[in-house]
Amino acid sequence: MARLFDVRRVIGGLFVLYGVIVTLIGILDGPSELEKAQGVRINLWMGLGMLAFGLLMLLWLRLNPPPPLEADDDRET
Amino acid sequence: MAGLRLDVGFVDYLILAVYFVTVLGVGFAARRAIRSSADFFLSGRSMPAWVTGLAFISANLGALEIVGMAANGAQYGLMTLHYYWIGAVPAMVFLGIVMMPFYYGSKVRSVPEFLRLRFNRPTHLFNAVSFAVAQVLIAGVNLYALALILQALLGWPLWTSIVIGAFIVLAYITLGGLSSAIYNEVLQFFVIVAGLLPITIIGLVKVGGIDGLFDKVRQSPLGDAGLHTWSNTGGTDNPLGASWIGIVFGLGFVLSFGYWTTNFAEVQRALSAKDMSAARRTPIIGAFPKLLIPAITVIPGLIALVTVQGLGADEGAYTYNNAIPLLMRDLLPNGVLGVAVTGLVASFMAGMAANVSGFNTVFTYDIWQTYVRKDRDDAHYVRVGRIATVGGIVVGIGTAFIAAGFDNIMNYIQALFSLFNAPLFATFIVGMFWKRMSAWAGFWSLLLGFLAAFTLYILHLTEVIEFNSDLEQSFWGAGLAFVTAVVVAALITPFTPGKSEDELRGLVYGTAGDTLVEDRVWWRNPVLLGVIAVILAFVLYIPVW
Repeated sequence: MARLFDVRRVIGGLFVLYGVIVTLIGILDGPSELEKAQGVRINLWMGLGMLAFGLLMLLWLRLNPPPPLEADDDRET
Repeated sequence: MAGLRLDVGFVDYLILAVYFVTVLGVGFAARRAIRSSADFFLSGRSMPAWVTGLAFISANLGALEIVGMAANGAQYGLMTLHYYWIGAVPAMVFLGIVMMPFYYGSKVRSVPEFLRLRFNRPTHLFNAVSFAVAQVLIAGVNLYALALILQALLGWPLWTSIVIGAFIVLAYITLGGLSSAIYNEVLQFFVIVAGLLPITIIGLVKVGGIDGLFDKVRQSPLGDAGLHTWSNTGGTDNPLGASWIGIVFGLGFVLSFGYWTTNFAEVQRALSAKDMSAARRTPIIGAFPKLLIPAITVIPGLIALVTVQGLGADEGAYTYNNAIPLLMRDLLPNGVLGVAVTGLVASFMAGMAANVSGFNTVFTYDIWQTYVRKDRDDAHYVRVGRIATVGGIVVGIGTAFIAAGFDNIMNYIQALFSLFNAPLFATFIVGMFWKRMSAWAGFWSLLLGFLAAFTLYILHLTEVIEFNSDLEQSFWGAGLAFVTAVVVAALITPFTPGKSEDELRGLVYGTAGDTLVEDRVWWRNPVLLGVIAVILAFVLYIPVW
């Protein structure tokens, strides 16, 4: 089959985006959000957590890229 | 159910929308890699083990599973852990260590195809058709459940949710086939975990940690019995109403092995792995997250039990099935709330996509190619697979409403499993280890085992035979089906011709030769990893004995 893109890129990309969005929300959270979450800055922590996880996925992809295509697989129609 | 309405904001919808776009993008991108039917139905047998392993567990992590297990956690307490530890992990490890060499080594493209080679065409047809019907039914159940949840949480009309949910799954599977389903399942796994984790974290903070939670459960109607898994199982006087015999043999053996080892929607993920070692590790890698998933299902169920006033109502917003949605409403601020809603939607899609991709493969390879149109060019079958995907989803929508008549959707699904899976597992296990078992014995084992379970189920529904619960009925139904299938195999085999050694090569224990090449690296050894998973399951039981 033709080369399928690597799933780590998708996971990394989505979690970096989610991480940024949720971290920003977390920074802006006011008293009512904090009260609902029992005083935990949950958006901030989850946001940073997702951001770190996404970056780790991308780092793994960088350090350990998929092996090159074998010659007989590399046919375009 | 206005009481369940979440206070969702712009950012929550943004997170959900980003997810929909990503999932569709995966479908479009995967489409470019499809050159043959093997690419469409089996991902070209090219996936690494960590991907197939997470897809394996994600295919099981449907919304019904999550919502249902949290409901069981609130209703039955820690005995719900049996569904994970004894009721899943041993069977997953057994699949990887013992059965996968036959599945992957024989190069079959589906579970029914294995039956065709090991037994005969009637056995094959019976299994292919019953599997296809079951998958469409379960996809319909998933769809209906999603629609109910979104109606309650977001106020979306039922039909909006059904159409959007069905359309997205339809689009990405029709486009990208199994690769697209598997990639999205891996993505879904992480989104589900990220979505549910904040519920556990904030919930535990609210009740004062695990100790606080257990204290409060002791004072709840469930009481101390809700905090033990085995200690009250000498009789049936425990929340689950099941003795240890029922748990070990009914749930842990027949139901669990029947589901995990023969359900093609699961096995298909392993068949897409790039080599034998990766295929064998697929269910075993899946077993490790399975050990820990109770932290985001059963624990929230208990948290809901002690923090949500009035939980456990017979109908309305406060039924056990709404444990997780109610906690989302009470505990999650906008932001993580959006991730949680997305996780719930993702889990629904994971379940439904597994059903649909299993269905389209069996329909195309096992029904269409085997019985209707042989010897067409490969592109023909890719086209049929795409049409079958559309057809299956349309039928799924139509059958969604069958689910409405049952009080507990999990039990309904268990009932389906006990009808189809237990006799299938019995037929497989006897056929894999008893060379002499004849082709017709396979057929009659499957059929009579199914009829035995079906008869008991009907007698239960018509209240001719009384059981304590639907769950108890499913234990007995599965057990009866299993025993019937084994006995029938033993009785019929002596009177019917067996298959020759040549025909059975690679399909039966002792005929495979030395096809098993072990990986040299110890951490890729399926047997070692499997043993570690089972030991961990034992160890995890100790504090909650």
